[in-house]
Amino acid sequence: MAARDTILKKPKDTKGTFKRLLRFMGPYKWLLCMIFFLCFASNVLALLGPNLAGWAINEAAAGAGKVNFEKVFYYAERMLFCYVLSSVITILINIFMMYVSKWIAKHMRADVFDKLMKMPVGYFDKNQAGDIISRVSYDIDVVSTCLGTDVVQILTSVVTVVGSFCMMLYIAPVLAVVVLVTIPVAVIYTTRMRTITQPRFIKRSKNYGILNGFVEEMFSGQKTIMAYAYENRVAEKFEGINQDAADAYYDADYYGMSMGPTVGFINNLGLCLIAVFGSFLYMTGAVSLGQISSFVLYSRKFSGPINEIANIMNELYSALAAAERVFNLLDEEEELKDRENATELTGVKGNVTFEDVSFGYDPEKIIIHHLNLYAQAGKLVAIVGPTGAGKTTIINLLMRFYDVDAGRILVEGEDIRNYTRKSLRGAYAMVLQDTWVFQGTIFDNIAYGKEGATMNEVVAAAKAAYIHPFIMRLPQGYETIISEDGGNISKGQKQLLTIARAMLYDTKMLILDEATSNVDTSTERKIQRAMRELMKNKTCFVIAHRLSTIRHADHILVIDHGDVVEQGNHESLMKEKGFYYKLYAAQFE
Amino acid sequence: MKFIFSYLKKYQKLVAAVMIIKLMGTLGELMLPYVLEHLVDEVVPTRSIRQVFLWGGVMILLAVLVRQLNVGANRLSVRVAKESIFEIRRDLFWKSINLSGNKLDGFGLPSLNSRMTSDSYNVQSFIQSFQSLGIRAPIMLIGGIVITLTMDVGLASILCILAPIMIVVVVFVSMKGIPLYDKVQQSIDHIVRIMRENITGIRVVKALSKEDYGTRRFGGANHQMAEKEIKAGVVMALPGPLMTLILNIGLTIVVIIGAVQVNNGVTKPGVILAFLTYFNMILMGVMALNRVFMLMSKANASASRIAAVVGTADDMVPLSDKEAFHTKRNEYIIFEHVNFSYGDESDVKEDKDKSPKEVSSEWFDGMNRQKCLEDIDFSMKKGASLGIIGATGCGKTTIINLLMRFYDADEGRIFIDGKDVRTYDKDELHQMFGVVFQNDVIFADSLKENISFGRDVSMQEIEGAAANAKAKGFIEEYEDSYDHRAVVHGANLSGGQRQRVLIARALAANPQILILDDSSSALDYKTDAALRKAIREHHKSATTIIVAQRISSIMSLDDIIVLDEGRIIGHGTHQELMANCEMYREIYKTQMGEQAV
Repeated sequence: MAARDTILKKPKDTKGTFKRLLRFMGPYKWLLCMIFFLCFASNVLALLGPNLAGWAINEAAAGAGKVNFEKVFYYAERMLFCYVLSSVITILINIFMMYVSKWIAKHMRADVFDKLMKMPVGYFDKNQAGDIISRVSYDIDVVSTCLGTDVVQILTSVVTVVGSFCMMLYIAPVLAVVVLVTIPVAVIYTTRMRTITQPRFIKRSKNYGILNGFVEEMFSGQKTIMAYAYENRVAEKFEGINQDAADAYYDADYYGMSMGPTVGFINNLGLCLIAVFGSFLYMTGAVSLGQISSFVLYSRKFSGPINEIANIMNELYSALAAAERVFNLLDEEEELKDRENATELTGVKGNVTFEDVSFGYDPEKIIIHHLNLYAQAGKLVAIVGPTGAGKTTIINLLMRFYDVDAGRILVEGEDIRNYTRKSLRGAYAMVLQDTWVFQGTIFDNIAYGKEGATMNEVVAAAKAAYIHPFIMRLPQGYETIISEDGGNISKGQKQLLTIARAMLYDTKMLILDEATSNVDTSTERKIQRAMRELMKNKTCFVIAHRLSTIRHADHILVIDHGDVVEQGNHESLMKEKGFYYKLYAAQFE
Repeated sequence: MKFIFSYLKKYQKLVAAVMIIKLMGTLGELMLPYVLEHLVDEVVPTRSIRQVFLWGGVMILLAVLVRQLNVGANRLSVRVAKESIFEIRRDLFWKSINLSGNKLDGFGLPSLNSRMTSDSYNVQSFIQSFQSLGIRAPIMLIGGIVITLTMDVGLASILCILAPIMIVVVVFVSMKGIPLYDKVQQSIDHIVRIMRENITGIRVVKALSKEDYGTRRFGGANHQMAEKEIKAGVVMALPGPLMTLILNIGLTIVVIIGAVQVNNGVTKPGVILAFLTYFNMILMGVMALNRVFMLMSKANASASRIAAVVGTADDMVPLSDKEAFHTKRNEYIIFEHVNFSYGDESDVKEDKDKSPKEVSSEWFDGMNRQKCLEDIDFSMKKGASLGIIGATGCGKTTIINLLMRFYDADEGRIFIDGKDVRTYDKDELHQMFGVVFQNDVIFADSLKENISFGRDVSMQEIEGAAANAKAKGFIEEYEDSYDHRAVVHGANLSGGQRQRVLIARALAANPQILILDDSSSALDYKTDAALRKAIREHHKSATTIIVAQRISSIMSLDDIIVLDEGRIIGHGTHQELMANCEMYREIYKTQMGEQAV
């Protein structure tokens, strides 16, 4: 059953892809109509030009001394007019089409990015950034290139084909039927070829995605690779991936490349049929020799564009395959929509409760079991425990990057799934273990969380995070542009920037995930002071291994293997001489 | 272009074969209409059915032949493109993963990425299509001109005057096109960068509900890219119609002059008519040539971006004994009065003229001129351990970068085992190290492979390293144990697990020098302490440098350096520093609590 479904789905997919592609063209349908009209006009002009030339030559053919120059110039003038106009129109068509195709590409890229922003965090944990990027940098480019050049070609060809077929029908209907026979053959051939080439083009795109993903990953670890002299092994692996990509390209184009010449061949076959049948008809007296001649002339005009279309078909198919990959991404499951009756989380005081929460990234492997926790407004909750005990997971749940499998989390006594995600997340400020900055000015990076922040606010936040002096030492101060891969901003400086970012983002709840582990200690002391100020009247969840931070906590959760093994404050836990006591003592070993 | 052709050289025989086959195919194609005309004009009037079938058969045979030749040529050209792009990508990749720190910063990751992908596809499609187009176009062009020349030299000379004009137009436009396409590729870099940023920082983006901001930022770059593409496209849209126009103007002149000549009895009217036909052929040739040039300017921009990477000079070549420094001191690692600042004069400057967004390297130059390390002077005995502690951005990591020669010092001398670090072969040097960097990377591979990392390490050693790094426990909890696959950037491991795998990687090959750069920050104290104990016991002979923020990670080491703004402000054992170094005492107090002092 399932197998049949997939078989049935295949052709529908291509058709669906094509339809969706058309939908992207929708907004430009009037422009496209105009382009079509212009194509028609330029073709008529292109046909008119040679005719005028013919008439001019007819005038010239009068023989020596008898040429009517007035007439010759008359036609020449019109010829020139036709040619200039036709060139201008062609330029216009090219330019319009360029706009349409690039606008469509832009639209598609925007859609992809938009979609990415709506995707759940888990999607990015599972997919390689490089592969995702490849859909924008390669697949969409293929689609837009195809639209930009091939659509005009097809339009032009269609005009010529229809025009010359009418002429053929007019001259000799019987022979025109012969030509008609060859068209279905060509159509059947190309559709059959599609079933062969389409999966190969999809594979080609997919392999490029893999290549891109691999390259992205390796380049980001370049320093490590070099440090371990791992280059050879990486190069070896790349060899395989590179080979696969090259093979997939070869495989797809190997078949694709036979399309043009074969359709050309079918056309030539038609030509032969015309010649032979025409000869018979001539012998039976049905047509004159002149008719055959001009018929052949038009059928040659007819076959040229068909050849062209066949060549383009190949590109069209590869564009369809690329478009399908883009649409696949657009069809990925989005982050679940907020519940219908979801309300804005307002008037947050900071009461957070975990009620019997269980969760696992893999439903088969639950890592948090029946967790209960109550964080009263304004309290500092420290979460400690050995690495991998599930501390980061708690943050993922608080922010609804993932939803709980069982139980519920309450903020202000209401299940957080009943709030809009935006308002829930907006109620937290957060500094994560993996610091993150984007290419932009330092000002933009700090003001990231708060739209329309003023310079004064940003400077105040930077001062509170003790990064102001560092920023002022830079030649352009807050206008200095930084980037993730710039290499000269250290992890610690990035950390301070993200702290400043959180400082500016004034909320009732705060999440710090090992946030201070990269800040040197003298700075950390200052930060702690500032943080304590900031933490006032805020519910704070802190994951830190620094016991000096934790010591101030109102409530300490000691987590091991996803379970809370101990709870209490520093003094009571020390008295218990249990798991926490051992953790604490370890630092003096 | 030279770059592309240097790769095609190896396949010149194949390329020649493609061209010859294509030549035959094209000639066959041109012959077909003549056979047809012959059939209609000569054979049909004889009313011989046998003759009609005979010539019909010849035509079909010819058609089959043309198809086979064209398919063959096309497929061969795809093969050439495949083989050569495979090699180009291989060389580009190899060069990229071997770039020195300076050059890597210069190119930037997103740009290297798009050179590897988008640029290589441009080059590939050029290689594929120029082989067939490149032969068809000249045949039609030259063939047309030659035939018209034999018919009427006077009229054909009009063509000969036009030809150079057209060539100038094509060359001029494609020269203009190359920098425009270069800009397009740069805007792709920009798009890739923004996508990467938002993907890697997705948690922050979501937490702050900044999806709209990201979309707007992307929208700006997206718009820019579309504009640049359109700009390049519009320029490239001109030459085709322009050349058609020039040729057609020529045709009009031919008709007029032809009429004059007929009037004077010099030319027959039939000749002008024939000219008409051949003009069409020439026109098609010119159009094809135009397409080649269009493809070429796009590919040229891409090829030079690739060539810029591939052609980067190796700047970290081992120095000869003569150029290097020498020392008589017998400590294992020696830093002597080392000064350093990032970014040097001969930096990768090729991409300097660009939009404000991309001038980041310029201000970096400004910042870089600040000294990053000043007068660093210390030494270590073999098997000793050193801790480096200090404020963020004070140059701790830079010391490691210099020791492993990712950068060269501006002044001063660095020795390992009595030899100037610059005299070591790169691999030979790096093989002495086991290192964990800040923000180090886990690759999408099995844990086993992530630990052994391509080195000749036995399973026993892997397990030993994992045990010492305290990673054994959680790894063996997996059903597939060491075969468990980490996903990209180790996203399926927690921060602490990642660090422990990285440490296991550093320990696995029993390195002579062990460097842990802020690599236990995500570990709890207990694990951290157990880890240090294991290293002390099992890697006694390794000379160890630990860069840390946590004082407890380094206080038991033989020697400790306190760095501040690139300078050493304290140097000694824990006890000595507690007595002499104000900053160290300060750090100790904050971390261990007042009562611990």
